[in-house]
Amino acid sequence: MTEIRDAFSNGKALIAFVTCGDPDLDTTKAIVRSMASNGVDLIELGIPFSDPTAEGPVIQGANVRALKAGTTTDKIFDMVESIRDDVDIPMVFMTYANVVFSYGTDRFLDRCVKAGIKGLILPDVPFEEKEDFAPACEKRGMCLISMVAPTSHERIAMIAKGSKGFLYVVSSLGVTGTRSKITTDIGSITEAIKKVTDTPCAVGFGISNPQQAKDMSKKADGVIIGSAIVRLVAEHGKDSAKPVGEFVKSVKEAMRSQ
Amino acid sequence: MTNPNGRFGIHGGQYIPETLMSTVIELEEAYNHFKDDPEFKSELSTLLNEYAGRPSRLYYAKKMTEDLGGAKIYLKREDLNHTGAHKINNVLGQALLAKKMGKTRLIAETGAGQHGVATATAAALMGMDCVVYMGVEDMKRQALNVYRMKLLGAEVRGVESGTGTLKDAVSECMREWTARIDDTHYCLGSVMGPHPFPTIVRDFQSVIGKEIREQMMEKEGKLPDMLVACVGGGSNAIGTFYDFIKDESVELVGCEAAGKGVDTFETAATINTGRLGIFHGMKSYFCQDEYGQIAPVYSISAGLDYPGIGPEHAWLHDLDRAKYVAITDEQAVTAFEYLSRTEGIIPAIESSHALAYVMEQAPKMSKDKTIVVTLSGRGDKDVAAIARYRGEDIHD
Repeated sequence: MTEIRDAFSNGKALIAFVTCGDPDLDTTKAIVRSMASNGVDLIELGIPFSDPTAEGPVIQGANVRALKAGTTTDKIFDMVESIRDDVDIPMVFMTYANVVFSYGTDRFLDRCVKAGIKGLILPDVPFEEKEDFAPACEKRGMCLISMVAPTSHERIAMIAKGSKGFLYVVSSLGVTGTRSKITTDIGSITEAIKKVTDTPCAVGFGISNPQQAKDMSKKADGVIIGSAIVRLVAEHGKDSAKPVGEFVKSVKEAMRSQ
Repeated sequence: MTNPNGRFGIHGGQYIPETLMSTVIELEEAYNHFKDDPEFKSELSTLLNEYAGRPSRLYYAKKMTEDLGGAKIYLKREDLNHTGAHKINNVLGQALLAKKMGKTRLIAETGAGQHGVATATAAALMGMDCVVYMGVEDMKRQALNVYRMKLLGAEVRGVESGTGTLKDAVSECMREWTARIDDTHYCLGSVMGPHPFPTIVRDFQSVIGKEIREQMMEKEGKLPDMLVACVGGGSNAIGTFYDFIKDESVELVGCEAAGKGVDTFETAATINTGRLGIFHGMKSYFCQDEYGQIAPVYSISAGLDYPGIGPEHAWLHDLDRAKYVAITDEQAVTAFEYLSRTEGIIPAIESSHALAYVMEQAPKMSKDKTIVVTLSGRGDKDVAAIARYRGEDIHD
């Protein structure tokens, strides 16, 4: 499996999110393979959490379905291990602090290394609290991905300076979910980031179609698509791999055609 | 008692999305500026005294004391405050602070509805917009309070996610706050959530303990031997305890909701059944499964039906400075009925958890000992639910 930086080495990166275990882990496997073979550069695997406070209704629904289906952190590790050899793009986990902390941070990260997971995104761990997780990640060569929000302003330099892997630029106020319009001046945020670091920036939250992805990728090194994919999974259930593959392919093509 | 970064021992902190960080920093700066500002203090104390009816009475429960035959029992009557609970102490402080910060809108979570009613009240008084998030299950249990909030001009939004109770209402407030921060203050109702909330709410509630000290010195000429209060997030308990933490002779007891028992899954007793975790912005103890999924807790009391506990309580527990005991639904309902009959005071079902512990302990203590139990709210809102518990179907 390749490293996070490789995802940004051939043009603008398309980062795709899926909630593990929605509707079951076999489907997640098929979706991951389909995304990898249809142009996705990096995959964010969501470990479901009972109370995902940064998510809008679409991903909340996926968390509920996955947990109801009996998905656990251990089963997700097993699933990732079973596909790590035939998925040649980097994968990171996206979950909430308590999922990692409760499992035992060291134990969790050891299993990540074994499964080939390269990074960790914890939306409820801001810069001020990263000491709980960042040193343990670094020790294992894993990246704790930092987030920058439209409200970060003078915090941007501090966050960007020590960033690892890539910087997750939150496009809008509020929780995850598709938006018809993104009004934040993303260009000025990525500009402020570029002044202090060469860590690539990917924009996420609210990007739902090829046109938006194309527009956003002009202002950043990559785009992250989550809710739009999860919505397809909600609609197609066990048969999601194909429609998800077609969707990410159309997004990647739009991003290439600039 | 707080470290600069909002830590209580290992507990507390600011585990929130980056989007909210600048907002909580702004809140902390504003609070640090206004808390010692003479004009702010004088405005707040006028509101507390003239509007909310402070100081609240410290009532000697003579019949209860004689009936139980042991320690002398005093009730700290927070139930006599305007809106019927201790919640107003915190809400008036936060609403005034929000107003000084230029905010025009308050959002709040509520479990039993008391904090929602208090927030709606303060918003009405100060001419602010108000939206209260309440779990759909709690809206059923506390229909009367839902209507009270509407009467006061607030919008009540039902929360269907998760278990449809207090924790889901908190989650929904956090989501709403990340979407709208310019004009909105999240008026958090308990000593929980990210720093600076546990400190701000504790400070605004600490008036309870300060008054207890003065009133006890006046009535008894000595400090109480034991302070007892119910604990969900823990705001009335920390308000009761805070002024006495340094007085080691005063025993501090928090009463958690055991629901149907700490050996069942239908419980909300965090200290007794939970373990260390990170949730709702703080590190503390939480009821959770082996994978860190937050447990769907249960208590007859909507106000104590929360899977976590404030970080300062978690710390007092670690230090062994306060003791946290679990009280079942049945014990609480018995205490609810007992105080109604014995003293002619109908207590909130939340406060009844504290009373139940007093009923158990007072007879074992000698007559020269004194207990102060905080009656955090009045029980009118609970009458229909208690009737149902006893098998009588009456309309709310």
